[in-house]
Amino acid sequence: MISTVKIHRKSKAAGKVLVARHAMGPRVSGEALVAKDGFSARYDLDRIAGIFSRPAHKLAGQSYVGKILVLDTAKGGVASAWMLAEMRSRDKVPLAIVFNTVNPILVQGAALGDITMMAGFDEDVTAAIPHGAQVEIDPARKTLRVL
Amino acid sequence: MKLSKEEKAMLAGERGPVPRIAMEHQVKVGTFFGAPDFVPVTQAHIMADTESLGESGVAWLEMLAAETKGDRTVRIPTITDPRGTDFTKSKKLGQQDWMVALERRAVAAFEKLGVSMTDTCINYQTVLAATRGEHVAFGDTGVVIYSNSVCGARSNFEGGPSALSAGITGRTPRYGYHLDERRRGTLHVRTSYTPASLNDWGALGGVVGKLAGTYWDVPIVEGLDRAPTSDELKHFGAAMASFGSVALFHLVGITPEAARLSDVAGKRMRKCAVGRKDVNALQKSYKVDEKVDVVVFSAPQLSIFELRALAQLCDGRKFKVPLLAVTSPQVKPDSDRFGYTQRIEAAGGTVYAGMCFYQSYAREIAEANGWKRLATNSAKMVNILGGYGYTPMLASMEQCVEAAQTGRLS
Repeated sequence: MISTVKIHRKSKAAGKVLVARHAMGPRVSGEALVAKDGFSARYDLDRIAGIFSRPAHKLAGQSYVGKILVLDTAKGGVASAWMLAEMRSRDKVPLAIVFNTVNPILVQGAALGDITMMAGFDEDVTAAIPHGAQVEIDPARKTLRVL
Repeated sequence: MKLSKEEKAMLAGERGPVPRIAMEHQVKVGTFFGAPDFVPVTQAHIMADTESLGESGVAWLEMLAAETKGDRTVRIPTITDPRGTDFTKSKKLGQQDWMVALERRAVAAFEKLGVSMTDTCINYQTVLAATRGEHVAFGDTGVVIYSNSVCGARSNFEGGPSALSAGITGRTPRYGYHLDERRRGTLHVRTSYTPASLNDWGALGGVVGKLAGTYWDVPIVEGLDRAPTSDELKHFGAAMASFGSVALFHLVGITPEAARLSDVAGKRMRKCAVGRKDVNALQKSYKVDEKVDVVVFSAPQLSIFELRALAQLCDGRKFKVPLLAVTSPQVKPDSDRFGYTQRIEAAGGTVYAGMCFYQSYAREIAEANGWKRLATNSAKMVNILGGYGYTPMLASMEQCVEAAQTGRLS
């Protein structure tokens, strides 16, 4: 359940707080890379270069390293369960991944790679968070805040 | 999560560090999804090619395998998905020595953990199919969707770390497709088209997968005019899982939980209609070039019947471009014994075993061999390979074999 609460009026989205049903990992803040598209570490990424590489992906060509990815859904491919930890070992990893809906593979990968993950909102998170916004994720409180 | 006495003992390290690490991982995942407890599982299947594992993943396996305190080996039959190479043909693939060495390290670690190296993504055709109501921890999306849907077994997508953990602890968190309520349909698809070829079955699976869109969607498909074969359902399910992250579908009157629509219908289902034009449109979207650099049959590994059909098509031909046919280590000896391998290779093709094309350093072997334009009859593979720099094209087995001979896809 929840809820969107406007705290500040600095911009249209600033101060917005979304609460997720599922969350794990450390508290982080950073720049959001937002797209109404899916995510699979195997299908969508050039993990060596640290960019989205599938030509049809809405973030194709963009670097995901150190960014908070805000995407629609986790896509097929069990490899992501290993790949997130492997990406962390080379510092070519997103800071966090936020989904409208997640699948078990990405959660298992986040658990192994100690990556912050959040999913399950009452509104479309890819529409609620502006691309490029600074956001803060607090998994203990299951909150995502636009700074 | 509510833990039993044994689970608490594992979590506390009383069974040694390996069960503790496994249980910690499973509790983290189970807690995320709100699992109330664990469910015992009878089999586990681990996806763990080294392109996915990387050096860090192999080192993690070796750390577990080197442990001398407590229980170290798996408690239940635990098998593996394809490796990242066919060890007998890695040079022909253009793979480098370090890739093969990493694979050998992973194999050695798995063997110390008691894992059986079956190296197959078609274990439901070759090793031991799960049965209706059997709780398992399977780790290949194609294996999970087939086992859930066609066999009526119960599994979530279990990635490598989770499937290995399930093998070690003999259980998995009870959420998702282990629960009755999650197995009901969310999308009712009426099809006016029953495919005839494997690529068409894969494309139909891809169309339904895209309509479903998420792991938590369960398509119910109605309107097929006959019961599909195991190979047809293999391509249908693998593509649906790949395009849509789907883990369970029902075919009314065909799959075991769906004798009638009412047996599996959810309360609020979206309704869609699909037909031949949707299947054709998906395939056309990938057909962007006439020239072909390589032809690949893989993803999923080929059954003995698929190899038989391929051998028949290869008779009397000489290939201009490489043709790769990939099967499991269980099927390959029969293919050799029945002469299928020899007939495919006499035309200039190569039969590989124990690997899968896209799990075998696909980007690096493309660069090593100058491969970009790839023809295949696997809808799953065309969905994957774009991210690896290929231009994948979907066509029938017949068209692909013709392309291997002429270098052009008609």
